Amino acid sequence: MTRESRKYWLTLVIGLAWFLLLLWPLLGINDDGTLSFAPAFAVWIRVAVVVSILAVIYFAKKQGWLDPVLNPAGKAAEEVRKVLAAPPLWIYILIGAALALAFPWFTSRYAQDIAISVLIYISLGLGLNVVVGLCGLLDLGYIAFYGVGAYTYALLSIHYGFPFWVALPFAATFAAIAGCFIGYPTLRMRGDYLAIVTLGFGEIIRIVLNNWMSLTNGPNGLLGIDAPAVLIPDFSDGFSLEVFFLKNLGYLYYVALGLAIFSIVGVYRLNFSRIGRAWEAIREDETAAELMGVNTFRFKLLAYAMGAVFGGLAGAFFAARMRFVSPESFTFIESALVLSMVVLGGMGSIPGIMLGALALIALPEVFREFELYRMLAFGGVMTLMMLFRPAGLIPAKRMGKRSDDED
Amino acid sequence: MDYFLQQLINGLTLGGVYALVALGYTMVYGIIQLINFAHGEIFAAGGYMGVILLSFLAANGLMETSPWLCLGISLALAMGYCAMLAMAVEKVAYKPLRNSSRLSVLLSALGMSIFLQNGLMLTQGVYDKAYPIAFTSGGFDLGSLHINYMQVIILSLTAGLLIALNTLVFKTRIGRAMRATAQDKVMAALVGINSNRVIATTFAIGAGLAAAAGIMVGLYYGSVRYDMGFVPGIKAFAAAVLGGIGNITGAMIGGLIIGMVEIFAAAYIPHGGEYKDVFAFVILILVLYFMPTGIMGENVDDTRV
Repeated sequence: MTRESRKYWLTLVIGLAWFLLLLWPLLGINDDGTLSFAPAFAVWIRVAVVVSILAVIYFAKKQGWLDPVLNPAGKAAEEVRKVLAAPPLWIYILIGAALALAFPWFTSRYAQDIAISVLIYISLGLGLNVVVGLCGLLDLGYIAFYGVGAYTYALLSIHYGFPFWVALPFAATFAAIAGCFIGYPTLRMRGDYLAIVTLGFGEIIRIVLNNWMSLTNGPNGLLGIDAPAVLIPDFSDGFSLEVFFLKNLGYLYYVALGLAIFSIVGVYRLNFSRIGRAWEAIREDETAAELMGVNTFRFKLLAYAMGAVFGGLAGAFFAARMRFVSPESFTFIESALVLSMVVLGGMGSIPGIMLGALALIALPEVFREFELYRMLAFGGVMTLMMLFRPAGLIPAKRMGKRSDDED
Repeated sequence: MDYFLQQLINGLTLGGVYALVALGYTMVYGIIQLINFAHGEIFAAGGYMGVILLSFLAANGLMETSPWLCLGISLALAMGYCAMLAMAVEKVAYKPLRNSSRLSVLLSALGMSIFLQNGLMLTQGVYDKAYPIAFTSGGFDLGSLHINYMQVIILSLTAGLLIALNTLVFKTRIGRAMRATAQDKVMAALVGINSNRVIATTFAIGAGLAAAAGIMVGLYYGSVRYDMGFVPGIKAFAAAVLGGIGNITGAMIGGLIIGMVEIFAAAYIPHGGEYKDVFAFVILILVLYFMPTGIMGENVDDTRV
């Protein structure tokens, strides 16, 4: 046993002992004045076994003992990748689109419900990706724009009877205004200060929604929002146009799909336009970008506004789908959820974010019986991802390192 | 006037608590330039340890005979516990990321915060947990002012801890090492300072102060909740920024200001109570906009911002 490996195992043992020491007071000291060891030990032993197994695998991989097994597996994976890479990209897009279009025909209500959530979060993730992934501005209050969009549609629908489609541009506009409003004072800040200020803004908007009783009905939320409607021709009595409300989940799915496709195409076009390049330049090195003639002030503000537009659209759809909004839906944890989608999938990478949304919304539904541990696992995975794969599952192709990270 | 003085005392009490939590943020930020999001959860864990230990002591009948001793024991044990918790968090989530991008570390901290909050929820339940005793019941009158014992405890304990911290940072070896590391990590390492140990110590000290604050908040309001760490955590960070991040005196002043503003806004502005959480954020944004380095000035090297 080398010195290195001894140190590795010693760290593991100390870590587990430390964990027991931290866990025991929480589970072992009872209110009735007794001490118990069984519950803490039961939890600890499970964690210890899992961690030890993982440690053995990691150690074996590091020592090269697994190469005989992993090499063929890696080669096979390489082969599969080559076969998959052979047909052009549009074939996959076509297959994906066909599957997405056919989805409601062969699935249950429950699956459609989850699919709608995934599509909403794809839009949100892509919107945040504009701010964080492309422009490099860390925004921890992104869900505020979602809230602005949702409340805009809710209020317009309830008080003025605006139909969904007419309200959409308003939701997008108000969200963009909110984006500029938040963006403007924060433009002078970078990095951590920016993160904390956007977090503060998100909280301010949530608190206002919670307390402005006359407008938002406070924590009780707003009821009676119309579902999206379409006009369909009716020939029964000559020719007239009938208003048809899309209350069925299957129809709503298509609206969500349309929204998601709009976001994907929109963000893709933005990413590969002059504006997108300017954003990436700002992300990589703001000072250099400014020296090269990029108007950083305008482009950063634009990034906030554009990101907010997608959030606002998603919010309006959310209100139309739930037909109820309350401040509960716009908490910090939602911002963290969207942010971790972007990070988990790979910042700046559109397929990555789609995968991230799928993983974070659909996977927990599969493991429903572990509902309680959902957020625990979510937090843990976020930290582990940063430790082992900070660039995300599908890293963006064009991505550099910020110059101010290097100090 | 009496009303004003009463609010002043309330503000000082709350501000003292914010100052204690803010110190943890500012010291960690001063040394490794990280917003330690998990710090709010450490504060909550401290509050919970207070409940657990005091309940245990109360159930064993120690509370009737010597309540002050019980409070002291719980405080010491909870501070030790949180110091250990913070060191574990630092070791797992921050140390391996010492050289990666700032965004990665920030997200790792965010993940840790969510993890700890839900860990508390799973082990302690989703409902409020009540403190077994209330020191709040007693009190004395000073003219027409009523001051309860809890406020005396908080104010004196805060003052005591702040003095102890000041001594530690400016008068001891480890304090000097901390200041040196905050100023220039590489240079400090060259002259033989073990920066890993300094960072771990900083986390432990900050966590101890946060734990004390958690117990005091729990005693003051009579109960704790698993998510009690988030909003006070952000406000304490606002206090740290307000005073100038990395600056210990600044964090104390910032904490007092945020506490005062919150109490006075609730007392004097119509609907202020409902919006009291907003004021801390508004102050934060205004300060960062007009004085990006805070009132007392930033105390970290300026290559960063």
